[in-house]
Amino acid sequence: MSTVFGQVVKRREDPRFITGRGQYTDDVQLPGMLYAAILRSPHAHARIVSLDVEGAKRVPGVVAIYTGRDLAEPMGTVPTAWIPPESSLKTPPHHALAVDKVRYVGDGVAMVVADSRYAARDALDLISVQYEVLPAVVNQVEAMRDGAPVLHEEAPDNVAFHWQIGNVTDEVFNQAEVVVRHTIRQQRLVPNPMEPRASVAQYNPATGELTVWVTSQNPHIHRFILSGILGIPEHRLRVVATDVGGGFGAKIAVYPDEALVAFAAMDLGRPVKWTEDRREHFLATTHGRDHVEELELAGTRDGRIQAIRVRAYANMGAYLSTAAPGVPTILFGLIVPGPYTIPYVGVDVYGVFTNTTPTDAYRGAGRPEATYLLERMVDLYAREIRMDPVEVRRRNLIPADEFPYHTPTGLEYDSGNYHLALSRALDMADYDGFRRKQQELRAQGRHVGVGVTTYVEICGLGPSQVAGAVGFQGGLWESSTVRVHPTGKVTVFTGSSPHGQGEETTFAQIVADKLGVPVEDVEVVHGDTARISMGWGTYGSRTTPVAGSALAVALDRVLEKARRIAAHMLEVSTEDVECADGQFYAKGAPSRSVSFQDVALQAHMAWNLPQGVEPSLEAQAFYDPANFTYSFGTHICMVEVDTDTGDVRIDRYIAVDDCGRVINPMIAEGQVHGGIVQGIGQALWEGAVYDEQGQLVTGTLMDYAMPKARFFPNFETAFTETPSPHNPLGVKGIGETGTIAATPTVVNAVLDALAPFGVREIQMPLTPERVWRSIQEGGQRS
Amino acid sequence: MEGSKCSVTLSVNGTSYTREVEARLLLVHFLRDELGLTGTHVGCDTSQCGACTVLLDRKAVKSCTVLAVQADGCEVTTIEGLGRIDKLHPLQEGFWEKHGLQCGFCTPGVIMTAAGLLDENPHPTEEEIREGLEGVICRCTGYQNIVRAIQYAADRTHQAEPEPVVEVAASAPTGAQDSLRQEGEDA
Repeated sequence: MSTVFGQVVKRREDPRFITGRGQYTDDVQLPGMLYAAILRSPHAHARIVSLDVEGAKRVPGVVAIYTGRDLAEPMGTVPTAWIPPESSLKTPPHHALAVDKVRYVGDGVAMVVADSRYAARDALDLISVQYEVLPAVVNQVEAMRDGAPVLHEEAPDNVAFHWQIGNVTDEVFNQAEVVVRHTIRQQRLVPNPMEPRASVAQYNPATGELTVWVTSQNPHIHRFILSGILGIPEHRLRVVATDVGGGFGAKIAVYPDEALVAFAAMDLGRPVKWTEDRREHFLATTHGRDHVEELELAGTRDGRIQAIRVRAYANMGAYLSTAAPGVPTILFGLIVPGPYTIPYVGVDVYGVFTNTTPTDAYRGAGRPEATYLLERMVDLYAREIRMDPVEVRRRNLIPADEFPYHTPTGLEYDSGNYHLALSRALDMADYDGFRRKQQELRAQGRHVGVGVTTYVEICGLGPSQVAGAVGFQGGLWESSTVRVHPTGKVTVFTGSSPHGQGEETTFAQIVADKLGVPVEDVEVVHGDTARISMGWGTYGSRTTPVAGSALAVALDRVLEKARRIAAHMLEVSTEDVECADGQFYAKGAPSRSVSFQDVALQAHMAWNLPQGVEPSLEAQAFYDPANFTYSFGTHICMVEVDTDTGDVRIDRYIAVDDCGRVINPMIAEGQVHGGIVQGIGQALWEGAVYDEQGQLVTGTLMDYAMPKARFFPNFETAFTETPSPHNPLGVKGIGETGTIAATPTVVNAVLDALAPFGVREIQMPLTPERVWRSIQEGGQRS
Repeated sequence: MEGSKCSVTLSVNGTSYTREVEARLLLVHFLRDELGLTGTHVGCDTSQCGACTVLLDRKAVKSCTVLAVQADGCEVTTIEGLGRIDKLHPLQEGFWEKHGLQCGFCTPGVIMTAAGLLDENPHPTEEEIREGLEGVICRCTGYQNIVRAIQYAADRTHQAEPEPVVEVAASAPTGAQDSLRQEGEDA
């Protein structure tokens, strides 16, 4: 077998991107195309008293204007696709355009379709809407109080769902030697992939075929749901999402917008394009996080964690987005015990409607929230019992010989060596040396700190049976088709839908490794429902473990058939054929061989195939994983805080991650880098802020602080490799680890630096002002 | 609102184009919608993200903040004109070699920004590169490999001097690449 698996291979998708030849959705140009623009509510909560579009209709170039009342009948509502069991989930209707009432700033009110982008925007300004403004509520805890404004009559207490899991009892806490209590707010974040959302729709009334190009992480889910909203059968609906400029969770959801564009294209018989601007992204693309968490940890004086109890209030925004209810429940609650042997766990989550932009998955989706609270609590516990936080982690990490490990929340961790990743990271960081230096620097009045996170991540979503059990309204298997052409070149069709993660390269490496063909001979096709039979998309760090495994199974089928044909060509029995480096040999007679290309050609000529073997060389696999798989690792950050200004400088950042077998170290490292930056973004700078009236005051990139190049040192990364035992490649996910680990790592480092001031908590993001104030207040706030 | 049309003549990647456009038309929409050069992207509406960066008379500018009429008479280089697939610009090579991109959306703007940076400072330190990227946002890479890519290009350009940093695609149908290079050098 070739050794391409595990090697650095330059990305096969890059040539088109570095020369400006990618095709993102907004790049699609069609003859006769029209442009849509959407009027969005300026109020967080209001009744629509009247809506006058006459002035707007007179703008030259305007072709059509649609309002909520126009579309309430012909269009279906936009559903949520995750219904956690026993959670009393309320699903109030979400119309594509608001009918009587708007519920957040950004709620769609009307759509203009015109012959240019500019004309469509001109017309928006001339639509006259009279609103009766209602009281709004933006905070989820306040929204649950008596007398709070009610968003939906279906949920009079604004509670969208209530979900619980765990085995903890009050008795555990009553008898504990040490109990740490704390409240944390995890702020709201805006995903901000650099490509704004966009959609282009083209309808052929003669065939009834609708093609929708859309910025999607999961085009088949888009097809499934759009088909319902539009009432168009799936076999007449093609969804294309070939080049997608990042998603980070925000392009999982099926939004009203792409359904509106598709409706207009069908109604008008002309192609229609819509592209959000960045302000619209802030207002009308799903946000992430936004939890308030009441936390309790019980432990012994000698550093054994006995229980963790969480009551979380998750802000769902004004409507339930596609995957939203699963994020603060399944993807959060189940992983709360993290990498530790915590015998008792209790998680109690309220999902709450507020007059804000709907929330949904954002890189990590639930798992960063769980990791953040756990790692903060472990550090507070360490401080309480006056033990080094690394030592506390050592005493509680699941030992390597206890896998598969069963958590009190019902998960079965497949494999891990948590102590190895920890010790490797500590060595890289020279942790003990840093602790000594910290004492010296403190004596000089300098405040450096170190934060350590040990984490485990649910990834590789997931077995479909589990998906059903946890209320996900879809399967979580993946498909792969391997088509070998007569010359031995290979096209792979994958049901996952990468959008920056590099699977056009890593999947080609899997093919090259199995079939012994050059990487250059492999083409990986994704993101088109007309070319790919079915798939569930790219999220939840599932593409490599699930779709990669589907590919491995399909390749085994190709190889099995090729071996039979080769045996026939070599005139030996199939059992006597060996395969290496793209050659099939007769066992014991290596001079007698045929190449994979020879076999491919014979398979297609079909002049002389073995009995019962069909022509061609193509195989398909539908792979449903046996279990989730669990990446893990240790991240360490060293910071220095300028106590005069509150400024935090990151001096070093060390990441040791274990995602099982690494296919391409360059790509895996790139995923870690990007994840770390997003995680640090939450820790130090990013945060969506609403005022009391529900106006998003951080509504542009001028007011929402995105991480920039100069904020960071070079990251020091390494991998340990503990294969997953249950998938054919031994792989796990790497796309979200950095985001999951980095946030608590940095916050713990800052709080470690400020320990002499007695500072116990600073609410994220740790802006200079907040850091400075916390120093002045000397930990009086907690 | 829609206004009267103005005539503009721009040299884009060595080819001269004359078009009647609305005075309010942004340069980025001129490039994308009028000329079909969709390699230049729009990532925001407040000049923060830099995805739309092009070279305007050899200076890196954000084409979402320039009107097409303001660029009248100017030379524009977009990502499509920087190098071609069989003769990549050192920056394009660097981004490919060093994994300086993931989703690729910000990449054209980041590369053009880097071209402007290297033109002004052919041997930047790592710190100068990170400072020089202040006007762009990449959400995928964490910037580290972008820095490596630019260092790679700086090293390559250094070795290959005196070749100019800005190289126009040889596929441009006129001989205008020479005039761009000369004008660029004059600037």
